[in-house]
Amino acid sequence: MTLYFLCLVLFCIGLYGVLRKRNIVKIIIGIGIIEYSMNLFFVLLGYKLHGRAPIDAQNQDILNMVDPIPQALVLTSIVIGLGITALLISIAIRIYDKYGTFDITKIKRLKG
Amino acid sequence: MSNPIFITYFVIIPLFAAFFISLAGKYIKRLYVDAISSVFCFLLLVFSLYGVNVLHKLGGVLVYKIGGWVPPFGICMVLDGLSSFMLVTVNLVAFFICVYSVSYMEKYTDKPKFFTLFFLMLAGMNGLVVTGDLFNLFVFLEIASIASYALVAFGTEAEELEASFKYAIMGTVASSFIFIGIAFLYGFTSTLNMADMARVLTTKTNTLLLPFTAVLFLMGFGLKAALVPFHAWLPDAHPSAPASISAMLSGVLIKTLGVYAMIRIFFNILGITNIYLSAMMFLGGLSLITAVILALSQWDLKRLLAYHSISQIGYIFLGIGLGTPLGILGGLLHLFNHSVFKSLLFLNSGAIDYAINTRDLKEMSGLKEKMPVTANTNLIASMSIAGIPPFNGFFSKFIIILACIQKGFMGYALVAVIGSLLTLSSFMKVQKYAFLGELKEKYKNIKEVPMAMKVSMVGLALICIFGGFMLLPSLKFFLNSAVNVLLEGRGYAQVVLEAAAK
Repeated sequence: MTLYFLCLVLFCIGLYGVLRKRNIVKIIIGIGIIEYSMNLFFVLLGYKLHGRAPIDAQNQDILNMVDPIPQALVLTSIVIGLGITALLISIAIRIYDKYGTFDITKIKRLKG
Repeated sequence: MSNPIFITYFVIIPLFAAFFISLAGKYIKRLYVDAISSVFCFLLLVFSLYGVNVLHKLGGVLVYKIGGWVPPFGICMVLDGLSSFMLVTVNLVAFFICVYSVSYMEKYTDKPKFFTLFFLMLAGMNGLVVTGDLFNLFVFLEIASIASYALVAFGTEAEELEASFKYAIMGTVASSFIFIGIAFLYGFTSTLNMADMARVLTTKTNTLLLPFTAVLFLMGFGLKAALVPFHAWLPDAHPSAPASISAMLSGVLIKTLGVYAMIRIFFNILGITNIYLSAMMFLGGLSLITAVILALSQWDLKRLLAYHSISQIGYIFLGIGLGTPLGILGGLLHLFNHSVFKSLLFLNSGAIDYAINTRDLKEMSGLKEKMPVTANTNLIASMSIAGIPPFNGFFSKFIIILACIQKGFMGYALVAVIGSLLTLSSFMKVQKYAFLGELKEKYKNIKEVPMAMKVSMVGLALICIFGGFMLLPSLKFFLNSAVNVLLEGRGYAQVVLEAAAK
């Protein structure tokens, strides 16, 4: 239970970074923290205490194995997160070229 | 005859097209790139119409099991009434936009890259619509979203980058909420197949978790669909993109990623209750009135259209949230109609931008004289969106208002009528400033846009005029089969699992 709660705390730290920070790079780090926390949460869902990897080997009884599906899904999710981070950083570099700053309070040409 | 393997083509064709164009685009002539893209889009349209035809003859659902794994194991692709309805909407609009882009995208430097991203977005949307697996839905949603973040920034000007960054951050946070919702549902039901998940949920007695996941999904998909409390990114992101992409985003992306995914999960998996329905209706009514008031004061043509997108999404949610057969019919018909006339309006704004290089309404005047095709198609689209009788927008709005009155929600009916009047007034402003009045001296030498752009605008305008015919008894099966999928609720599980076991 404590672990799930810590996941929530991590998620909230990431959300705080996205909502409150003014530097674009720090916002991207906040997005990264959100992604880590949700991946961690999904892996925890399939974890058992003292569980073992679900690999079928000869002469072994597999009794207490962890759920392998969340691990596979989290791998996909990590790759998606990598793609998003790469895209965000490349946009951030271009923004720095155009505006000369990373401060979002100074990047506001769009109105309405 | 009804071999379900053709369902996979909806994902395979655009993915193949995307990577083929990005690899070969450097070495072949631009003309071939245009031709290949248009042919692939046309193929997708043909397959989606073929799917409607097959389903009509078969009268059930088609399930393709990837790798032969019978659900709940493995991933399956499901083609039912709602999916085929959405596929026709997406691929019809995408085909016209692809033809339009052939000429329009000439002013940008790298056309093959544009088509690559365009097809990746299309692959994401088609995949999201046909998949029967909840995590696969998330993956396709991310493919479509990432492609759209990149497309918003395609011009790499200062405003476009700013809009794209804002959109990407908010979209990513929305995706995280959806992911957590999926994680909770997986932990609760130990399955990811949508049909099997619905079956397991009917056997559970303790369903306290469901409202919590529903809120997570409402937040996530509501942000993707730009419902009012979550709408802040849309008026920046949609106008900043190139016109053909604005049309794609406003026309179909917010509907597949937002509306379709949300109603599929709420109606078919979680099981609809009155609380969810009233939440959807409230958000719908709020978006439709707030956004239309915000739109009134806009002078940037594309920003005005973007606010109207939010308002029309409100109509769709209001109709579907009623939960009656008539209301859902109106909502889905409005979804189709809106994707047609809103794409047309964005293509018109792109045509004006192409000819006179401005989006400011105060700068334009008297363009009707020089650009008759653009002016007339824009008139048709404006009357459709405002709900003037012979055009398609009238029928769907009328059905939604009728359904509100039938169920006794007089307040919502009044809101819908007021919203429609305000829409009319703001499009009269567009007509007056852009097309009527005196032609300005500096625009004496402008020309009408090239042939490909004219063809796609006229094609979409014709659909606007004849869209009302979908309500004729002989064509109504197309909408009715989509409505029935939503009405059967968790019965979806049984239908799909039976079709998969065959």
